[in-house]
Amino acid sequence: MSTPNETGYTSAHRTLEGKSALFAVMVTVAILIGGIVEIIPLFSTTYGPEALAGVTPYTALEVAGRDIYVREGCYTCHSQMVRPMRAEVLRYGEWTRAGEYAYDHPFLLGSRRLGPDLQRVGGKYPDAWHFEHMRDPRATSPGSVMPPYTWLHRQAYDPADIQASLRALKKVGVPYTDEQIAGAPADMQAQAAGISERLKAAGIDADPGKEIVAMIAYLQRLGKDGRAAIAAGATAPAPTPAAPAVQAATAPAPEQGVTP
Amino acid sequence: MQTTAVSSADEARYDDEVVKLFATATVVWAVVGMLAGVWIALEIAYWPANLGLQWTTFGRLRPLHTNAVIFAFGGNICFTGIYYSMQRLLKVRMFSDALSRIHFWGWQLIIVGAAITLPLGLTQSKEYAELIWPIDVLITLIWVVFAINFFGTVYNRKVKHLYVAIWFYMSFVITIAVLHIVNSLAIPATLLRSYPIYAGLTDALVQWWYGHNAVGFFLTTPFLGLMYYFLPRISGRPVFSYRLSIIHFWALVFLYIWAGPHHLLYSSLPEWAQTLGMTFSIMLIAPSWGGMLNGLLTLRGAWDRVRTDPVLKFLVVAVSFYGMSTFEGPMMSIRAVNSLSHYTNWTIGHVHSGALGWNGMITFGILYWLVPKLWNKPLAYPGWATTHFWLATIGIVLYTVSMWAAGLTEGLQWRAFDAAGQLKYPNFVDIVHQLQPFYLLRLLGGLLFFTGAVMFAVNFVKTVSGPAAAPAPAPAAAR
Repeated sequence: MSTPNETGYTSAHRTLEGKSALFAVMVTVAILIGGIVEIIPLFSTTYGPEALAGVTPYTALEVAGRDIYVREGCYTCHSQMVRPMRAEVLRYGEWTRAGEYAYDHPFLLGSRRLGPDLQRVGGKYPDAWHFEHMRDPRATSPGSVMPPYTWLHRQAYDPADIQASLRALKKVGVPYTDEQIAGAPADMQAQAAGISERLKAAGIDADPGKEIVAMIAYLQRLGKDGRAAIAAGATAPAPTPAAPAVQAATAPAPEQGVTP
Repeated sequence: MQTTAVSSADEARYDDEVVKLFATATVVWAVVGMLAGVWIALEIAYWPANLGLQWTTFGRLRPLHTNAVIFAFGGNICFTGIYYSMQRLLKVRMFSDALSRIHFWGWQLIIVGAAITLPLGLTQSKEYAELIWPIDVLITLIWVVFAINFFGTVYNRKVKHLYVAIWFYMSFVITIAVLHIVNSLAIPATLLRSYPIYAGLTDALVQWWYGHNAVGFFLTTPFLGLMYYFLPRISGRPVFSYRLSIIHFWALVFLYIWAGPHHLLYSSLPEWAQTLGMTFSIMLIAPSWGGMLNGLLTLRGAWDRVRTDPVLKFLVVAVSFYGMSTFEGPMMSIRAVNSLSHYTNWTIGHVHSGALGWNGMITFGILYWLVPKLWNKPLAYPGWATTHFWLATIGIVLYTVSMWAAGLTEGLQWRAFDAAGQLKYPNFVDIVHQLQPFYLLRLLGGLLFFTGAVMFAVNFVKTVSGPAAAPAPAPAAAR
């Protein structure tokens, strides 16, 4: 590999190759620049993850549901990002603004759509639909290739566990008050009872303490605040250059959307 | 090149026992990781394949597959090659045998931890960074052990100038540490659960800065280092161009780190960040192809041997797939192309042309050469190597072609309109069903690749448990 006619930069580089510490420092500098330039500005108020007006943190039960969504790896098949394109807006609803994710720790944009996007699934179907869908996906979506998640109907979530989650989320910046954290177990049970009541009205006898109830709470929340905020004219960060405002106008309300 | 002149006195100084350990672990995790891949490919084609169990759903096994093939299979071959080659390149034993052992067993402990926690649904959900925070802490500690051992060996070296392979290894050691620590910053809620300090799209950007550079600095730079050591060593040809290696090394390590945002095109990440990601991804073609060309042109004068030597076959196909996937990747980073390819099977095809074609083939090529040397035993079934090569190559082709077809099909149908301007395929499931033949073809391709890996594993076990080679004079001059 050594060549006799080294000149200019190859000769300088040959010298560098003899100085391992300097070499390591130069590698470190080279790999840090890109990340610094791209990531640091996102901590500023200009580009930062400020919440869209009207977008509020998840409730205790929704946090528990989101933890289950993460546990089951739902994001490996379902995205949570409607792109600003006419076909996507028609299929899923309003395209996603940055400020809708403000309280998402972790983000769950997904990288693959084996199933449809879920960003606007909140409010699209009744609670009973989700209950049945998780029990037997083909009962609600003929031809679906999703496996059943029947253990969600059997396993109970732990209301005593939620405060630790909310405290950690508060530390990373989600604005929960101490009162909210203190009242989380009761708040959780109240929301679960409401879902259980709605399920009962649909003829389903569901224990409010089961994981499926927390999962339904989370799924029904998805994209809802953002949709309301956008409808109310909340300002959003500049979108990608696809003239989404025009496209959004052509979109039907998600409730009129197509079957999954 | 300097590396080919290795005396047997030197050889005796080196710690090859740890190299054997890492090589063995590579074989074990290859089978496990690829079996998981075949299983989840089956689950996509046939949903009941999780057997109704929560521990084996696609959502839980997919991270197990990716972690097993990247960090267990890929990681162990990198450490195999690095521990073997850096001692010889620097003409010194590893800095500390104890650190080498801690690194080995610690790394395997991390993988076992992953194999237990991921099916249980214990995950942080960030791709290729799913492992829960206590395991993340362990990864950090073990990586520090590796770094001390690595830089200690560099410091003790008996050769003044660092060979190009060492540059690439160095970028691996440094960058993975930075990526892992920054992306894993989280506040624990319990022993098993934590929440990242970043929110929403910031979290997404940090994750894909990490995720893309896991590709760049875990699956690319250390493997290029392996290529720079093993290709000249095995072929007996000097590296084609020293100048090219300098230029493409520095360009690669500088440019790669910018490419992450191409995973977030058409999100509401600031447009300038998306454009930077796209631009740097396109620029990456140059240093990537610099590496490919430097590898392929190193073989000038040795091409006749590619016809007969299975080891060289594996290496040539590996470097060729490196070139193909590093052309495809930048192309998919172009906004217009990405609008079609994103969220589709095309991405899956792309990563597998890199993972199976580049990382997989170079790994098997190196091991077919290295295992008989390390154990000083002839390959038990030398003919199987060529069979393995063809099974793997055909498997990759079936895999990537079927995933291209599937990706284009779903991408186009998702956005197809009818004459009235409405969605032509409004029911998502209808599109899913069109992909079934491609999923079966992909399963077949994966099975072929897996079969080759199993053949290799059997060959490996028979070889290392078989009789020693007849005493040969001057083993260092074997090739």
